[in-house]
Order: sequence, then C-alpha cells, then structure tokens
Amino acid sequence: MTLADKDRIFTNLYGHQSWDLKAARKRGDWDDTKALLARGQDAIIEEMKASGLRGRGGAGFPTGLKWSFMPKESKDGRPSFLVINGDESEPGSCKDREIIRHDPHKLLEGALIAGFAMRARAAYIYIRGEYIREAQVLEAAVQECYDAGLLGKNACKSGYDFDVFVHRGAGAYICGEETAMIESIEGKKGQPRLKPPFPAGAGLYGCPTTVNNVESIAVAPTILRRGAAWFASFGRENNRGTKLFQISGHVEKPCVVEEAMSIPFHELIEQHCGGIRGGWDNLLAVIPGGSSVPLVPGVQIRDAIMDFDGLKELGSGLGTAAVIVMDKSTDIVRAISRISYFYKHESCGQCTPCREGTGWMWRMMERLRTGDARPEEIDMLQQVTKQVEGHTICALGDAAAWPIQGLIRHFRPELERRIAEHDAMREAAE
Amino acid sequence: MAERHLEPDTAELRERWGNFTFTKVWEAKAKTAIGKYPEGRQRSAVMALLDFAQRQVGEETGTQGWVPIPVMEYIAARLDMPVIRVVEVATFYTMYNLVPVGKFHVQVCGTTPCMLRGSDALLEACKHRGMRKGHTSEDGLWTLTEVECMGNCASAPMVQINDDNYEDLTPERLDAVLDALAAGKEPKAGTQEPGRHTVEPAGGITTLKAMVDANHDYRGEW
Repeated sequence: MTLADKDRIFTNLYGHQSWDLKAARKRGDWDDTKALLARGQDAIIEEMKASGLRGRGGAGFPTGLKWSFMPKESKDGRPSFLVINGDESEPGSCKDREIIRHDPHKLLEGALIAGFAMRARAAYIYIRGEYIREAQVLEAAVQECYDAGLLGKNACKSGYDFDVFVHRGAGAYICGEETAMIESIEGKKGQPRLKPPFPAGAGLYGCPTTVNNVESIAVAPTILRRGAAWFASFGRENNRGTKLFQISGHVEKPCVVEEAMSIPFHELIEQHCGGIRGGWDNLLAVIPGGSSVPLVPGVQIRDAIMDFDGLKELGSGLGTAAVIVMDKSTDIVRAISRISYFYKHESCGQCTPCREGTGWMWRMMERLRTGDARPEEIDMLQQVTKQVEGHTICALGDAAAWPIQGLIRHFRPELERRIAEHDAMREAAE
Repeated sequence: MAERHLEPDTAELRERWGNFTFTKVWEAKAKTAIGKYPEGRQRSAVMALLDFAQRQVGEETGTQGWVPIPVMEYIAARLDMPVIRVVEVATFYTMYNLVPVGKFHVQVCGTTPCMLRGSDALLEACKHRGMRKGHTSEDGLWTLTEVECMGNCASAPMVQINDDNYEDLTPERLDAVLDALAAGKEPKAGTQEPGRHTVEPAGGITTLKAMVDANHDYRGEW
C-alpha cells in the first residue's frame, strides 16, 4: 500500500506552490513552534529517539542519539554549533535540493528545534556551491524568519536566542564529510580531520558540534507534531519512517518521491516511475543508494526491501536512497568506471592510498572497459581496492573501492569476456 | 584530485588587476558574509569573498568571471590571512575559475546518472558547435567543462550555464538553449521536458495531486 498524501512530510516537494513563509505557514510549518520548544530539550530528544529516525545523509546513525551526545552545559564557556549538511554531491542524490528550494521553512524550523534541543548557539547550513538558485531561496527564507521573529533573539518568543547562517560551498564533494565540512566553514580546504576528537567534543572552531543532513533536520518538526509513534508506524523495525527516494537512470519516469521506508523495489518503480525502460526483463543492475554503494544485479533487486537492513542483506546499502537504474543497454563497466573517475576527481589528496589509489583504480577500470588488460588484472584491481578501503582518514577511499568490488563480484564474466574478445581481435589483426 | 592550473602571474596581469577593490554592491555583500562568523573568525568568509570577487571580475569582463592572483591577494589582506591560504582555497574548490572563461560557462554533467540518460550526446552537440572541453571559443562566448554530479539526477541529463540549470536535455533542446543565450535571450531554466514542472514523474504526478492547483493543508486529514 502506498503512503497516503496526508502522511507525506514534504507536501510541496515539487514546488507547485510557493516556498515562502506565508504559504509554508498555511501548510503547517512554524505553527506554534514555541509550544514545541516548551516541551524542553530532553523531551524533544527522547521523542526523536523514539521515532526511530536514522540519519538521512547516508550513514544512517540514529538522529536522536546523535543529538544526545552534545554537552548539556558549557563548562568552559564554549558555545555549541549545529551544522546542517546540504552539500549533496553523491552521484544519484538529488533530494536536499528539493527540500531547500521548495520547502525551506521545514528545514529552518527543524534547525531551530534541533539547535535548541542540543543547546546550540547557531546553525550553519552548508549548501553545495552549485545549488546557486537554491541558495538564493534559502537565504531569502532565512531573512523572512528573522523579519517575523522566528529566528534570532528570542526565537519564536521562546526566550531562546538562535541564529541560522547559510554557508555556500564551491564545488568539492569531500565537503559532505562532516569534518571536511567543518574545515570548509572555517575557511580552509575541505580535508577531513582525524577522529578523535569527534565533532561533538571539538568541532567547528573547536566547539561542540553536531552535523546532520538536511532531510534529517527537515523532518524533525513534523515528527514532534505528529508524534514518534506516527513516524515509527512506517517501515520495519530499525528502519522507521518516511524517506525521499530519488530514482534516476533507465526508468520510464525518473523522479523524487517520498515513500514509506521498506517499500519493495518493484513497487517503488511501478508506482512512481512507470516501470523499467523496456520492461523488467530488460533490467541489468541497480545502484540503490548513491554511487558509493555496490551495485545489485537486476534479478536480486526486484523484490528487495528498500531500507537499511534490506539492502545490507544484498551486500549493498540504502545510502541516501538515490536509486540509479541501469537497463541492458548499459555498458556496465563504463558506468562503474565513470564513478571511479568521479572519486579520482574528488579525492582531496590528503591520504596517499586515496590520492594515488583512486587514479590507479580508474586507469585499471578503463583498461577493463576496453578489454585491453590481462585476466589476472581483475584480481589485482580487487587487491588494490582492499589496500585503499579502510586505510584513509575518511570514507571516500571506501566509497571509491566498493563500486568496483560490486562490479567484480557480480560481473566478473563480463570483464573476462571483454579481455578475451580484445585478445581475439588482436590475434586476428596479427 | 582535479587538475588545476593558475594563470601565470605576469606584469600585464598585475597591471590589469593589481588595483582590484570591491564595488559598493559587492563590498556590502562582503560585510554581510563576514558578519555571519564569530569575531576573529573572519577567514570563514574566504569562500564567499572569492565568489563575490569572481562575479565582479565577471561583470567587468563580460564573462562568468575568474580569480586572478592579485584579487586573491586583495582578499587575503581583507581577511587578514596569508595569501597562500587563499590560494589553497581557490585551487581546492572547482567553482573558482583560475583562468579567464567565456561569457557562458557551459558545464555538462558527465557523471553516471547523466551518462545513462544521454550526456554523451550533449557533449557531442557542444563539440558540433565548435566547443572544446577545457577551452573557450574564439568569439569568447563559450567555455566548455565536463563537471561531476550536479545533483539533478532525477531530471538528467543536465547542463549548468553560469547560474542556471537546464535539465531533461536532448541535443536539440540544448541547442535551443544555447541559441537563445547567444541571441541575448533568457531561456527558461529548469526542466526542458514539456509539461514537467520539476522532479515529479513526467507526464503524470503520482502523489500530492491536491498540491498542483492549491496550497493544500493536509493537517485536517491527520
């Protein structure tokens, strides 16, 4: 059964109506936010924990628990900060853009509530630099909030002072990593920090900081209004709630849509995307959670449960729920090689295994794409991915390794076929 | 890592940009940007100031703009930080142009989701018009760059030209956009798919139908 419209959080997802404060209020945003805050910090965090919300930025860490890691009082006078991750650069991901440009007030109200709950002084919303028009909308929405007394001193007449600032990126995927994002806000290259210390102890400007994804923050007000039990009524145990799915590639109608977690893959595709291009028999493979998760062959994904655990069982992951569909016309080796090129391009260069390894892996992938390689290079490439994976400060190295591992796991015969074909052609030429 | 090169620091470059200062409009924006960060943390605004500077250079040169070395020095002085720290930031983030670009910076997304929907054909269409990756056309109108995922995957393939995105493109639709820009017109940004509004399923919305014609409040149905 499909999610009912009344249970969708992002009702202006497609931007048919205005994003502005007046229209957003009519849809229910900023409705007596003061009363929500009056419940108190602990009650808000408990409600978020009970809702079962897991972070929507890819890693799936429980949001309420993350908030609870922040200090309850400042012993040394350092303020706390909330950083909202709107860097959205994972290939396939395109949901935060829709929240920011069509429903920015859900994000801003969520920023106040989350910031209040974790006793933060201010929130910085980091929006990727390429979202130029989106940042203009967001800045204008922030201004509306200040003008209406919803943010700033005595926000919503709650007695709590809270600022929200927009920080624009400038084209670096790595800034989606939380400590790279903090570095970037500090005006530096976005190179991840070694942890510990974790941001909750020493983050932005050395102060306690929590970094949350745009979607995680934007759903918070509705969860508080409708209750944890409502949110937890969708999806399976450990995978609760509703979620923005982004379906791209070879479906009849690519789209972004909010659905219940744990929706079966075929239902998601049939309900909203008009089916697979050329029919289900034409489905080759799916990357179900953004470019960094391993692909799943078409036959395995059809009945997959689209949630954290369901995709983990298939050796992949939900990630950001960015579903990249590939039909049988796809050059699968090229599709993955192009992802390898992406990681080579986006490596920040700090850790040698990643800086050198991403280029190495991409060049190997290009050899396998054309078949101009020796059969033993497949295992060699697999080994290299293992030498990069787990040997870097941040997860970009892992993210570069996994797609290749998935390709080798599921499409080894195709790699071998290309090498054999290339060899045969060379012999014929000689 | 992305390959990046700085424009050589020549006497002509110094002559042209050595006296760069923000105009009144950009100066006001710079002040606002610096004010977003705590006292003493003004270097947090370096990304914003580089963007503003690039835009002002763009206005002065009739292009998308770029950031010459003397401009980086100006920003370093403004924010009381070493020049090398500004250069580090400018070279790290790919949206700062380190060399002059054309009036229109045609940035074709070539990452897998766009590739699956036909970005090869878009690059081909650009080539047909005489554009070359990494180069500016002789008439100074176009600079072509293949960029990495721009986050418009559900309306792929897409091209970003200066501040606007053009989505759901075909070579013909891209040609129409480029023709319009060349003629000094403002083509409609966003999806180029007839009848599609943004990222709903093309040809028939499957959810939130009540929102299409009215700002529906669903709370009554909770």
